[in-house]
Amino acid sequence: MKLITAIIKPFKLDEVKEALKAAGVTGMTVSEVRGFGRQGGHSETYRGAEYKIDFVPKVRFEIVVDDNVVDSVIASIKAAASTGKIGDGKIWVTSVDRIVRIRTGEEGSDAV
Amino acid sequence: MEPASLTWVLVSAALVLFMTPGLAFFYGGMDRSRNVLNMLMMNFYCVLIIPVVWMVLGYSLSQGGSGNWIGNFDWFFLKDIGVLEDNGGQLAVIAFLGMFAAITPALISGAVADRMKFSAWAIFVPVWSLLVYVPVFKWVYGGWLGDRGSLDFAGGTAIHVNAGIAALAAVLVLGKRKGWPQEGHPPHSMPLVMIGTGILWFGWFGFNAGSSLAASGQAAQAFMNTFLAAAAAGLVWVMTEWLRDGKPTNLGAASGIVAGLVAITPAAGYVSGGAPLAIGGIAGLVCCYAVKLKTKAGYDDALDVVGVHLVGGLVGSLLIGFFANPEFFDGSFEEGIFYGGGAGLLGEQALANLAAMVWSFIITFGIMLVLKKTIGVRVSPQDEADGLDYAQHAESAYH
Repeated sequence: MKLITAIIKPFKLDEVKEALKAAGVTGMTVSEVRGFGRQGGHSETYRGAEYKIDFVPKVRFEIVVDDNVVDSVIASIKAAASTGKIGDGKIWVTSVDRIVRIRTGEEGSDAV
Repeated sequence: MEPASLTWVLVSAALVLFMTPGLAFFYGGMDRSRNVLNMLMMNFYCVLIIPVVWMVLGYSLSQGGSGNWIGNFDWFFLKDIGVLEDNGGQLAVIAFLGMFAAITPALISGAVADRMKFSAWAIFVPVWSLLVYVPVFKWVYGGWLGDRGSLDFAGGTAIHVNAGIAALAAVLVLGKRKGWPQEGHPPHSMPLVMIGTGILWFGWFGFNAGSSLAASGQAAQAFMNTFLAAAAAGLVWVMTEWLRDGKPTNLGAASGIVAGLVAITPAAGYVSGGAPLAIGGIAGLVCCYAVKLKTKAGYDDALDVVGVHLVGGLVGSLLIGFFANPEFFDGSFEEGIFYGGGAGLLGEQALANLAAMVWSFIITFGIMLVLKKTIGVRVSPQDEADGLDYAQHAESAYH
C-alpha cells in the first residue's frame, strides 16, 4: 500500500478529484495548505508598497492506494493538475505499513 | 428649525454615526488578522465614550458662550436645552455634532494600530477629545479662526487635519511596530476594506450635506460635491497606481475614495461646478504619493492616517482659497482666487490649519507622553507578537 500525496493549484481541486474518481479511487483527503517551491511565492502591492508573499495557497491531496494502481493514479493527477506553468505542484509516494478501517476493523488492502 | 431641515439633520446624524463602524472595517481589513478585533474595539469604543463626554461637557465647552478660544459650562449635562423652542433644533444639532466628535478620535486608531495598549487608548480618547478636539472645534466654529474668515464647511481642519497631525504625534511617542518597515504587513481582508469604504462614502453624505444644518440648495450642492470628489479621487489614485505600479488595486480605489471625501469635506458647501472634480483629483494624486512619506521619514503611521487625512484635509482646505464661490451660494464668505478674490482667503486657510496643527501636535504629544510615563502606551513585545485580539480582549476574529 502506498500513500500518494499531491500538492496542486487550488483551482485544480475539482478536476483532480474527478480524475481520481474516474481512475477508481474511492476515497481521498484534501487540505488547504500554503507553501512554496521553486516558484518562490509571489509579490502583492498595497498602496504602492510591495510585499513578498512566500507562502501561496495550495491544495494537498492524500490518497492511500494499492501498489498496482500507483502509476495510473499518478498519471491521472498529473494530467488533471497540469497547466504547464511554474507552481503546478508535486506528487510523492510513501510506503504505508498498516491501515485499519475503524468501523469494521478490516486491515490491509481490504481497508483501502 | 423648520421640519424639513430638522428631518435632514436627524437623518444626517444617523448617517454620520454609521461612519464609525465603516471606518472600523476600513481599518480592520487593512490590519493583520490577529489584531482586527482590537481595531474594531478601538473604533467602537469612541461611540461608547464620546456620546457621554459630549453630553456632559464636550458640547458646552465647544459651543457655549461667545469666547474666542473655548466655550463655557452653560450647557453642562445639556442643562436648559429644551425641545419646545425651535422645534428641538438645537438638540438635533447637538446629536449631529456628537457624531463628529465620536469619529474624530477614531480616525487616529489607524495610526496606532497593532501595538497600543487598550487601557491607554481608553484614557487617550476622552482626554484628547476635551483637550484637543473641543478647543480646535471652537476656534473654527464660533471662535477666532472662523471669525477671521477661514472656511471649514464640514470639518476639514477641525476633524481631518486635527486628527491627522494628532496621529503623527501619537506614533512618534508610541514607536514603530515590531519589524516595521522590514517586514511587510499586507491587509488581511480586502473585502472588509471595501465594505468599510462603501459605508464611509454612504455616511459621508450626512457628514457633508448635513453640515448645512438645513434642507437647502447648499445641502444639495454639498451632496453632489461629496459624490463627485470621491469618484474623481478614486479614479486618479487607481490610474496613478496602474501607470506607476502596473496594476489597478482595490486598496487604491478605497484609499482614493477616502482621500477625496476628506478633501471635499472643508469645501463641500463653498464650491460648485467642476471644482469637486479638481479637488478630488488633486487629493487623489497627492495622497497616493503622500502615503509613501512614512517609510522615507521613518514614522510608523500603520494605516496612513497622516497620508490620507492630514494631507487630504490640507489639500481640500487650501484649495478653498482657489475655488470658493460665494456668488453661487449667495454666501457671505470671501471669493477664492479663481473667482476674482485675492490671496487673502488662501492665507486664512493656511493660518487656520497651521494653528490647528500646532495645538493638536503639541497637546497630543503631551497626552501620549504622560500616558507613557504613567500606565504605559505599548503592549508587551510578547503580546504584540501574539496579537492584540487575544492579548487585550481575550477574543479571536477567526476560528
